Amino acid sequence: MVYLTRIEHFNAAHKLYNPNWSKDKNDEVFGKCANENWHGHNFELFVTIKGDPDPDTGFIFDAKKLGALVTEKVTEKLDHRNLNVDVDFMKDKLCSIENLVIGIWNELEPHLPLPVQLHCLKLVETPKIFVEYYGGK
Amino acid sequence: MGKKVAIFRKEHFNSAHRLFNADWNDEKNMEVFGKCALPNYHGHNYELIVKIIGEPDEKTGYVMDLKKLSDLVKEKIIERFDHKNLNLDTKEFKNLNPTAENIAIVIYELLRPHIDNGKDLQIRLYETPRNFVEYPV
Repeated sequence: MVYLTRIEHFNAAHKLYNPNWSKDKNDEVFGKCANENWHGHNFELFVTIKGDPDPDTGFIFDAKKLGALVTEKVTEKLDHRNLNVDVDFMKDKLCSIENLVIGIWNELEPHLPLPVQLHCLKLVETPKIFVEYYGGK
Repeated sequence: MGKKVAIFRKEHFNSAHRLFNADWNDEKNMEVFGKCALPNYHGHNYELIVKIIGEPDEKTGYVMDLKKLSDLVKEKIIERFDHKNLNLDTKEFKNLNPTAENIAIVIYELLRPHIDNGKDLQIRLYETPRNFVEYPV
């Protein structure tokens, strides 16, 4: 079993805001991340798949094809967008990177051709903050 | 001939923005600025490098106390722009397109009055890991 990681990136705006709470409560919980006019990040997405190298190609899955798939299914929907407003799969969800990485998994995982398995998504929000998700297992 | 030394302080801020010329229609803005003109904003992790050039002081050995420079950059720049929407939340970009070029010029002008006249100041601003600007050149 070999693990292969493809890195893609996108730049987006978001805010952390719970519409069921008052503005004061949002400010108290989310601090400056609750700024009503949004702020933004350069996000880095690490997509790790696992499998055995194909005997004919030596590939688990063509990394260029993996990049194109991630771009088509994920980053084109997120890049230069407002995550709270523009992204269908984040609608009505709190726009934390925890929820975003789960949303990205659900968008991407069904499109990987068998026997390729999605192993991990790592989503980096700032140089000091990132999350990892292994598909709820 | 004195011994000039450059000192550097790195800081960062996360902001939302869009590139938009209010004198143009939406079509023209999209033509020129592409997805950077999308109406709901996007965002970046901006990395700021402030460079001061001068001769070390005879008594302290410092070009400038880096702690004081750090405090100055935080007070004048980071508090103003971090977790803000540059277009909506800052007076500096009410009527100025918040390109990396213009942000660097604005940062220079905000800091210059607070740096000793005998020292040179230069701003390097990273909008993404691959896109960055310098001012003045």
